[in-house]
Amino acid sequence: MPERMTSEPAVVVRDLSKTFFIPKEQISTLKERAIHPFRRSAQHEFAALRGVSFEVPKGGFFGIAGRNGSGKSTLLKCLAGIYGADSGTIHIDGQVSTFIELGVGFNPDLAARDNVALNAAMLGLSKRESRRRFDAVIDFAELQEFTELKLKNYSSGMMVRLAFAVMIEIDSDVLLIDEILAVGDAAFQQKCADEFAKIRKSNRTVLLVTHDMGAIQRFCDEAILLEHGRVVASGDPREVGDAYLDLNFSEAARERATDDEQEAEAGESLGDGRAVIEEVRFDLPENQAASVLPNGVRTSFAMRVRFTTDVKDPIFSVALHNPVGVALFTASSSPTGEPTGDFKAGDVVTWKASFDNILGPDRYTVTPWVMIDGGGLLALREKLTSVVVTRSSPTGALIDIPFEQELAHETPADPEQETIR
Amino acid sequence: MTGQEAAAPAADTPTGREVTGPTSMGTDPRRFWHLAWTLATTEFKLRFFGSVLGYFWQLMRPLLLFAVLYAVFVGILNTGGDQPMFGVALLLGIVVFQFFADSTITSIRSLMNRENLVRKIDFPRAAIPVSCVLQAIFNFGLNLIPVFIFLFAAGGSISVRWLELPLVLAMLIVFVTGLSLLLSALFVNFRDVEPIWEVVAQALFYGTPILYSLSVVIDKVSLTAAQIMLANPLAAAIQQLRHAIVDLSYQSPGQVFGSTAGDLIPIGISVLIFIVGALYFRRMAPLIAERL
Repeated sequence: MPERMTSEPAVVVRDLSKTFFIPKEQISTLKERAIHPFRRSAQHEFAALRGVSFEVPKGGFFGIAGRNGSGKSTLLKCLAGIYGADSGTIHIDGQVSTFIELGVGFNPDLAARDNVALNAAMLGLSKRESRRRFDAVIDFAELQEFTELKLKNYSSGMMVRLAFAVMIEIDSDVLLIDEILAVGDAAFQQKCADEFAKIRKSNRTVLLVTHDMGAIQRFCDEAILLEHGRVVASGDPREVGDAYLDLNFSEAARERATDDEQEAEAGESLGDGRAVIEEVRFDLPENQAASVLPNGVRTSFAMRVRFTTDVKDPIFSVALHNPVGVALFTASSSPTGEPTGDFKAGDVVTWKASFDNILGPDRYTVTPWVMIDGGGLLALREKLTSVVVTRSSPTGALIDIPFEQELAHETPADPEQETIR
Repeated sequence: MTGQEAAAPAADTPTGREVTGPTSMGTDPRRFWHLAWTLATTEFKLRFFGSVLGYFWQLMRPLLLFAVLYAVFVGILNTGGDQPMFGVALLLGIVVFQFFADSTITSIRSLMNRENLVRKIDFPRAAIPVSCVLQAIFNFGLNLIPVFIFLFAAGGSISVRWLELPLVLAMLIVFVTGLSLLLSALFVNFRDVEPIWEVVAQALFYGTPILYSLSVVIDKVSLTAAQIMLANPLAAAIQQLRHAIVDLSYQSPGQVFGSTAGDLIPIGISVLIFIVGALYFRRMAPLIAERL
């Protein structure tokens, strides 16, 4: 929503780098230091952030996505001033509040009242401000009857509500939030969502670190994706979300692929050997031999077959099975029974089948085969490989059939109601 | 024209505050004090509202130690010499030492104990060891009550010299705060600070005129030994308090050094320790979160 953002940046990060030095042999006692006064211990370097730059406009809702170990939490801690960066600069215009964890420093032996006061002090409120805030916090958390109850006697839901209320009820210009959205029951989540919507409307700037792409796409105006401490995608949350899914699934697919190769060695290679399936692959308009197929994209399947004897009118087929073994897609060269022609021994052919990918996001095994109608199975490679289908906003359905919709009144519109409206 | 020239570099420099990492004191001293105070009072509440006998146990610790030490050292070994009201002086010494030990020993691990906060919130780091000192001051205040009860029971009375008490305590607090900052920051790098300091504190307990009167040192060892002892701000504080509150026959550090200027030695050492502690803590503050 550009109209509520001004061009003035609230957060400017330039070329930020942070490296952790982890000593291989830690000299952590005075005794060791006294015994080896000049020994420099060997250090293992871990570059958590490498030249990260971005800007967040005032009032922007900014997402920072990344997988575990991508540096997103280190980035947040640098922004929050918990870690000092090695190089680069961070400028933040306005009062900052950081929420890395709900209820940091809550003491179970203290009553809610004391915990809220302690939390407020940690977050930099004065005594008077924190007293004024207390009622608002308790109201938001709906815990009016429990202010003197020790936290250890709270239910986990009450605890979470209190912690979230403490966070929400801080008037700061810039909020730094680390994946804490998926908490509480449905009603509370709704409340939090409402509160986020409120924050969006107010002139607060929010930086949200998460790997929940749904939250990024629902709330954020802009996002970046970190991988190995670098920004690998930035801009539109939808694109960043897709890039994130690609990153995740391609990793998963790579792992699965090696598993499958091992399976295939021991596994099913059926047929009488008159043909050999040498290779299968999936091609996308802008990407050859893809292992990750975004939903909704025209995709073609190709298989290369070498014949070892003369063959007449072979039929090429492929089936895609989901992990529970249900075939969701089968393509064949002879739905109409049209002959494919004669082939000699040693011929190599490539058969292609193009389709609109409406499969739901999942991993699919690919089973190609070649047969002759009434003449037996030439070659079949069961679960030869697998592909992953991604979709940035999953519907939960096995397939996503394209559809049009319309809404029509069953009864004719009431003229009186029309006038009232 | 000049305005435009000035505006050009300004456009490249982002507005707002530069975030550089955690500091020891933060930017707002009021926030710092409010935080240290809240941390200390909540801990204090936890300790005393946790059990009905909280205050009782708090008092029993120095009193039991006092009873044992009194029986052994005063009753059997007569380390008080011929000085009047040595029982009260002994208790006062124990209570002051307890403040010193409480504050320094609890602050060593304090950053580690609050690791959860340190790793997740940017707040002035020194608030944590300072809150340990504050807590020790609260306990010290409570422990002083029986000292005065014993004093009156032994025939002591209020005098104008009691006005020295805040001044002496101010020096002691500066000294103890400096040590607490130093030790808590050292612990981040060196994990054996705690056992080492416990030994040092034990040595200081015997190296300070607590169990024995300073006049015994002067009589049986030498005046120089007594002067060296009093360079230690802890010893100087105890001795000055005994002089001002218990009985004038306990020599003040000024009397032992031969002039009031001698008081400057322990005061100087206190200030020096405070500066060293504060500077070292300030240097370590940005690294605490990643090194713990």
